[in-house]
Amino acid sequence: MTLAEGILAGDQRAIARLITIVENRPREAIPALQALYPHTGKALVVGITGPPGSGKSTLVGRLTKRLRQLGKTVGIIAVDPTSPFTGGAILGDRIRMQDLATDPGVYIRSMGTRGSLGGLAKATHNVIKILDAAGKDYIFVETVGVGQSEVDIVKTADTTLVVLVPGLGDDIQTIKAGILEIADIFVVNKADRQDAGRVVAELEMMLDLSSKEVEWRPPVYSTVATSGKGIDAVVEGIEQHIHYLCQNSKLEARRRERYRAEIMNIVKEGIITQLLDFWSVGGKLETLLAEVAAREKDPYAAAWEIMQTFTGNGKGGS
Amino acid sequence: MFAKEQVDSIREKKRKWEETTLKKVLDRFPERSQEFGTLSDLPVERVYTPADVADLGYERDLGMPGEYPYTRGIQPTMYRGRFWTMRQYAGFGTAEESNKRYKYLLEQGQTGLSVAFDLPTQIGLDSDHSLAEGEVGKVGVAIDSLEDMETLFAGIPLDKVSTSMTINAPAAVLLAMYIAVAEKQGVAPGKLAGTIQNDILKEYVARGTYIFPPQPSMRLITDTFAYCSTNLPNWNTISISGYHIREAGCTAVQEVAFTLADGIAYVDAAVKAGLDIDKFAPRLSFFFNAHMDLLEEVAKFRAARRLWARIMKERFGAKNPKSFMLRFHTQTAGCALTAQQPDNNVVRVTLQALAAVLGGTQSLHTNSRDEALALPSEDSVRIALRTQQIIAHESGVANTVDPLAGSYYVENLTAHIEKKAMEYIEKIDALGGAVKAIEQGFIQREIQESAYEYQKSVESGKRIVVGVNKYQLEAEEAPKDLLKVDPAVGRYQKEKLSRLRATRDPGAVELALKRLKETAQSDANLLPPIIEAAKVYATLGEICGVLREVFGEYETSVIF
Amino acid sequence: MKERPIRVLIAKPGLDGHDRGAKVLARALRDAGMEVIYTGLRQTPEQIVGTGIQEDVDVIGLSILSGAHTHLFPRVMELLRERGANDILVIGGGIIPEDDIPALKKEGIAEIFTPGTTTQAVIDYIKENVRQG
Ligand code: B12
Ligand SMILES: Nc1nc2c(ncn2[C@@H]2O[C@H](COP(=O)(O)OP(=O)(O)OP(=O)(O)O)[C@@H](O)[C@H]2O)c(=O)[nH]1
Ligand SMILES: [Mg+2]
Repeated sequence: MTLAEGILAGDQRAIARLITIVENRPREAIPALQALYPHTGKALVVGITGPPGSGKSTLVGRLTKRLRQLGKTVGIIAVDPTSPFTGGAILGDRIRMQDLATDPGVYIRSMGTRGSLGGLAKATHNVIKILDAAGKDYIFVETVGVGQSEVDIVKTADTTLVVLVPGLGDDIQTIKAGILEIADIFVVNKADRQDAGRVVAELEMMLDLSSKEVEWRPPVYSTVATSGKGIDAVVEGIEQHIHYLCQNSKLEARRRERYRAEIMNIVKEGIITQLLDFWSVGGKLETLLAEVAAREKDPYAAAWEIMQTFTGNGKGGS
Repeated sequence: MFAKEQVDSIREKKRKWEETTLKKVLDRFPERSQEFGTLSDLPVERVYTPADVADLGYERDLGMPGEYPYTRGIQPTMYRGRFWTMRQYAGFGTAEESNKRYKYLLEQGQTGLSVAFDLPTQIGLDSDHSLAEGEVGKVGVAIDSLEDMETLFAGIPLDKVSTSMTINAPAAVLLAMYIAVAEKQGVAPGKLAGTIQNDILKEYVARGTYIFPPQPSMRLITDTFAYCSTNLPNWNTISISGYHIREAGCTAVQEVAFTLADGIAYVDAAVKAGLDIDKFAPRLSFFFNAHMDLLEEVAKFRAARRLWARIMKERFGAKNPKSFMLRFHTQTAGCALTAQQPDNNVVRVTLQALAAVLGGTQSLHTNSRDEALALPSEDSVRIALRTQQIIAHESGVANTVDPLAGSYYVENLTAHIEKKAMEYIEKIDALGGAVKAIEQGFIQREIQESAYEYQKSVESGKRIVVGVNKYQLEAEEAPKDLLKVDPAVGRYQKEKLSRLRATRDPGAVELALKRLKETAQSDANLLPPIIEAAKVYATLGEICGVLREVFGEYETSVIF
Repeated sequence: MKERPIRVLIAKPGLDGHDRGAKVLARALRDAGMEVIYTGLRQTPEQIVGTGIQEDVDVIGLSILSGAHTHLFPRVMELLRERGANDILVIGGGIIPEDDIPALKKEGIAEIFTPGTTTQAVIDYIKENVRQG
């Protein structure tokens, strides 16, 4: 059985293996990803972002349990930061979801960012596809949660949940611009703490004031993820948002944007790899660099030369 | 402690000495290291003089033994009156086996009991629970019901011994069983002396046998304070523990700071629950570690005593002098003991025990030389106990109170530790107190950081551990005569439990558990229904099960 | 291109609360460039094996200091075999009496590390013995 066949049959080890390949040697994964592609597009991808320690993982665990009660299967991708110095990482999100580790209807995978800066790992979108093809109804993607640079998640998820907690102080002010843009749903977690009500009120006010004309006004839920309070409502909120997206064919539009970005990325990377592969042969690139260093050529001229490679005008054209 | 002119002149003298006498020697014989520090990395100077204790006021900061701020000890005569209580922590296997070990220890001259429970018991699970598989009786005695507790103390008169029980999350349940056993022996609760550890906060950060979330756990604790202050006046209702935090890897300063911060949280909770501070505070007790750096440890104990007295008086406005007194148990540092050349551990334990005695401990457990290999064998425990007896009877250090007072170094270090610990406590206050600091992972992160630093310093050779990274043996002799727990305990305990379940009065159990549940849902004191349930042989797992249902379970945070 | 990071699951099976060693080790492995999944206390063998498989780890490291290794280590190995995942390198550590080690190795635990081991020794061992590919 090929990996792709194994994945379509829901084999956990096959899923696990292909994810590893996608992370480590992405080019090798291409045939399998191609084989899986026709089977994707059914899962709903829910992004979860918010400040560190706000309860994202606990929340994902609870939401998953609720969805399981409703008979849905769930994939979870939890991203934690990789140390830029050592390349190592401690992936600790799972600890909040360990009671799901033995549920065959749930697949949890932890990922290090491995140098990516936008809050996800480079391979995350492919991991989503793998879990999608494996038949998961919902896929949660938990970002690293650094607050400011969570740009990737909106480009990846159908629905984005932003988690906030009381006691962030002025932080809410500083991140507010960013979060208003990306949130489809707000969750004020740790509602067992003082001031949760105030955060909810503050958010509502911000939403009222936001001049952006909106068809979907992000709802604000308050939850206590540790006890499960308020979780059912969030699940309903997610379903409503998906419903809204489907009705207005927004889902198609959102996903189309995603395909565009993905294809562009593949193209960019492909071109760069090809060019550099070509230029690395026989020390051509080094020679060019030496010329730039010696001020014989400027960087623009050098880059132009590289870009001309396959159009026949370059020095090394074939 | 010295006049200003005198201090100035000493400073001047030291400066001259550095330029002349010292310099000549340093030029020819440089010191072993550029910098010296304590085990906890506090800076250590070459030599201390009165100038280093210039800010110290004798009456304000030291005082007389048995008087505020109790730096010199909580009793006026200390060990001239009575030695510390020699209390070896023990327990394994079945209640029968542990009962035998206790009787042996009492015969050997031990003066108090200290019960170690197995992990299922500490986590409120019966021996027949699936998670208890393979763990029953392994690291302590298995107690499922009052029946086991009766066996554990058979033939031991509970009005004559004091018993310390290392039990936390289900402390109220084990105390209830103890009260019930005493009643069967004809001993009234008022006559019982002993301690339950009952310190949940350090379980969250260092010891790991938590069950319920912080809020209901704190309630169980304050309910116990309230119940005992009227019914068991001689019972130590809590042992606020730095021992485990230190063993988890923190420094001496952190040990003092985190322990006292936990103490503050308990006092706050009890005061908030409407208890009178001067009624419950005298029954608070503490538990510290005695590590390898002898003088640092002595300073630590003295600093903790002084700081707690000040906190109780100044922060909480307590009036009863007994509320000011930090009474503490000490255990020698297990983490300093090595699997390599285990006999060396006897020497380490001697130094650690000496620190505890010089620091004025009220009771002491000395670890055994096979600490890093297995539960202690009977021979090893005897040597550990003898170590205490030799210090008590032969070394002479017990003949005067607080013998290291007035040492420029020790006094300076005492003040330094107090100050640094206070800075931590202020930081924790700013986070909203110990409970909040734990929820945010602050304390856990600090401990882990120190533990990692320590490990790295041993691996780099910066710190020497004899027999481990220096003076190793080519071939280590295989350790012999290690204690082995009979694996049949699990089965035995399960059978005993199923017999009990078949023979007790099921109606009474059901009723008692129903009452317990109702009480848990109200805010009435939990102790009476727990005692009632224990008496009708409801099991530990059943009682904790009811509480789990009402209170939920704690979710740990792991922070790196 | 940089070498791919080795993935390790550090697990605490059973009720044991001794986590100082496991956490020190987790950090040391991270600082050696590995991706470490740490799942906290009180894990059942089923959870550990499920996690190891989903995370496709190269190594499972089991830490027990409470004496329950004789029951729990073999159980983990049995489940790994059942699920066809016994190609994962499994190592263990903690308070493991010498007498118990041969039986554990027979079960398929590749190596046991006891007190006094340096984290560097563990790192070296993993790097040398981890499956290729
Ligand atoms: C520190 C300690 C504690 C601390 C734990 C703090 C913490 N958060 O970890 C505290 C004080 C809380 C504690 C409590 C108890 N302890 Co204790 N504790 C120790 C002690 C003294 C040192 C352990 C330690 O942390 N060493 C430092 C770390 C860095 O080393 P390490 O864990 O051994 O790890 C190293 C190696 O073993 C190895 N390693 C470990 N795990 C792994 C995993 C892998 C994959 C690899 C490759 C390597 C590896 O590499 C590490 C680096 O060198 C030992 C005795 C000893 N000296 O070893 C007793 C000891 C483990 N404890 C013991 C007992 C009984 C208990 C209690 C159960 C007592 C009771 N009845 O209540 C309690 C309850 C704890 C619980 N919840 O489970 C016994 C266990 C007996 C047995 N197995 O037969 C011991 C052996 C002491 C004894 N002789 O009685 N303890
Ligand atoms: N009081 C309270 N604590 C909570 C709640 N939800 C989560 N927590 C606690 O908050 C801490 C962090 O929770 P996580 O779920 O790990 O948070 P996270 O956002 O995933 O954290 P990172 O992934 O590290 O950014 C844990 O100790 C949780 O138990 C809640 O509703 N109330
Ligand atoms: Mg998380």
